[in-house]
Amino acid sequence: MGIEFPHRHLLEIGPLSREDIEVILRTAANLKEILRRPIPKVPTLRGKVVANLFFEPSTRTRLSFERAAKVLSAEVLNFSARGSSLEKGENLLDTVRNLMAMGPDLFVIRHPASGAPHFVARHVRIPVINAGDGFHEHPTQALLDLLTVWERKGPDLRGLKVAIIGDIRHSRVAHSDILIFRKMGAEVYVSGPGTLLPPEREALGARVCLRVEEAVEGAGVVMALRVQKERHGRPLFPSWHEYARFFGLNRRVLAQAAEGALLMHPGPINWGIELAPELEDFPGQVILEQVENGVAVRMALLLLLLKAGEA
Amino acid sequence: MGKTMEEESLNTERFLIRGARILDPSQGLDQEGDLLVEGGRIAALDREIPVEEGVQVIEARGCWLLPGLVDMHVHLREPGEEWKEDLESGLRAAVAGGFTAVACMPNTRPPNDSPEVTRYILDRAREVGRARVYPVACISRGQEGRELAPFGELREAGAVAVSDDGRPVADSGLMRLALEYARSFDLTVISHAEDPGLSAGGQVNEGPVSARLGVKGIPAEAEAVAVFREVALAALVGYPVHIAHVSTAAAVEILRRARESGLPVTAETAPHYFTLTEEAVLDYNTLAKVNPPLRSEDDRLAIREALSEGLIQVIATDHAPHSPLEKEVEFPAAAFGMIGLETAVPLTLNLVREGVITPLRMAELLSTNPARILGVPGGTLKPGSPADLTLIDPDRVWVVTEEELHSKNKNTPFLGREMRGRAVLTVVGGRIVWPE
Ligand SMILES: [Zn+2]
Repeated sequence: MGIEFPHRHLLEIGPLSREDIEVILRTAANLKEILRRPIPKVPTLRGKVVANLFFEPSTRTRLSFERAAKVLSAEVLNFSARGSSLEKGENLLDTVRNLMAMGPDLFVIRHPASGAPHFVARHVRIPVINAGDGFHEHPTQALLDLLTVWERKGPDLRGLKVAIIGDIRHSRVAHSDILIFRKMGAEVYVSGPGTLLPPEREALGARVCLRVEEAVEGAGVVMALRVQKERHGRPLFPSWHEYARFFGLNRRVLAQAAEGALLMHPGPINWGIELAPELEDFPGQVILEQVENGVAVRMALLLLLLKAGEA
Repeated sequence: MGKTMEEESLNTERFLIRGARILDPSQGLDQEGDLLVEGGRIAALDREIPVEEGVQVIEARGCWLLPGLVDMHVHLREPGEEWKEDLESGLRAAVAGGFTAVACMPNTRPPNDSPEVTRYILDRAREVGRARVYPVACISRGQEGRELAPFGELREAGAVAVSDDGRPVADSGLMRLALEYARSFDLTVISHAEDPGLSAGGQVNEGPVSARLGVKGIPAEAEAVAVFREVALAALVGYPVHIAHVSTAAAVEILRRARESGLPVTAETAPHYFTLTEEAVLDYNTLAKVNPPLRSEDDRLAIREALSEGLIQVIATDHAPHSPLEKEVEFPAAAFGMIGLETAVPLTLNLVREGVITPLRMAELLSTNPARILGVPGGTLKPGSPADLTLIDPDRVWVVTEEELHSKNKNTPFLGREMRGRAVLTVVGGRIVWPE
């Protein structure tokens, strides 16, 4: 494969050009075929060691990276810990230095502190992939979301309306998704309770709608985010019941979306809160495709970052 | 909302109010003319309307006809404190005072922090009839200042605004959330602006009077600090805030700067703040004990100036009935608050007579502006609008006595005072609700 990928790390969406993104997605689309083989394993990264550093509980993303590495025959070191944001500095660096002694070739890092993967990247000589940092970004989620949309809607996203509903202000998924979909030419609309919406000037170029229906109207992609009621111990909306009632997605709201609209969710889903249970068999529901594409996108990134280093 | 359209259209009463001085800020109208009511709505408004057969004529020469007055700050005490007031007595006092609509504050028992309480109030309002009732729901659950009340459900049940009135929202973070969340449901946010750390234990305005009485004072700064915070938060969130019962010159100065910066802030004051000063409590008169407290003469003059300049856009009564149980006690033990629905019109007319405001501004302060700020219908005499009307005889002289007042309790420092001006006809949805 003639790979041209000019980045050492994947820390955030911002530095990626459209071409870079296309390279990642095309690579992922090619690799996806491997996942469907009877024995989904290729020797491409044999001898490489991927270290998963998870300072936040996350089964799905960690498993997705682990599987991506194993399909490519890389070895996986898993390190899980609860990182309190206060202690992050010293502990994180100590941990990383300790793990460096085990000779990893790439770090995958999830951390509750925004900027933690950037911090690590400044202190190591190997690639770092951000698997979600604080309220900042979750770039691999955005890439897998984009791949899912590509597969269904084609690569030209101009004129496509993407609606993201939920805790926009504190969601790293929303941040990365807004950036990537805007970069690819789509229009992004966001909505949710007023307490979870950023002011327009801080919305990264997304349009902020006070009414969910307004964001969803005519959208070709509707994405619900997982909501948490509290941040820093303070409830941000009155009750789950009220959230579901006024900000949850259901058939009635989705009837406003464009014909053939996709329904996406980064998981894990609170059924009955951000998504009404009736949406489980919504025709445009692609939540499982997102999971499969997650593995493919992470395979692509491991390949691109590790192979590019060799070239 | 007070009544459904259906109920209004059942009303076939037709009458003509003839020869009144018509004051309608929504059309910039101050002229003599006639107004025809038909089927619950204003059918026509003109310099002269020919009298058709079967139309009752109300001669109104010398009287002022205003869009129905809206009091955006009353305590009706129901549910839970019916010995002080209930909807029956409170709405009778409202229409007797010329008000066709009132917004009732949520510090009831239980507080109005759930759709059940909001619906209860509206059900009772429908039973009682008379004036329209717009419930104001709590900002925080139980008015405890910790978690947001369910604004969406409250809005759906019929609340038009949120406030923790009676208690300030001490936590600035919660107030910010309230403004952000209110935006989702287009609810008016009303702030009882008081810094509880500064006001704690206070009984009267802090100054020479508190010193002479030997009671703890509430400094003007308790209000100023809180008003400044609300202005700052309104700017941060980009959503309007309405300041209740402004009583100090310091707060007026902050409102002035807010207006200069184009910030979305509105404010109300109550008649007692532009009429009385702290001198009224000098003999430990609990009837004049109110929160915020009656202030200094300088403050009173600043409030009048603010009304004249439009820095304060609303006159609301903060009608706060208390029974002798709460008022006929030693001063520090007495409850804060005075009734105001039935004295607001003559006290506001004093401002007109003293040249502080024009008659048209009076209509704006008592009707058009509060309706607009609450986002409710009313405040206009445009043909086609629901016929909510207040006819005032500006020269009717009367004395405030317990017998004259319709409120269940008579806790007002104006008892025994001669008033000039009174509502002589109050019409809600085309129905004459006052006089009964
Ligand atoms: Zn108050």
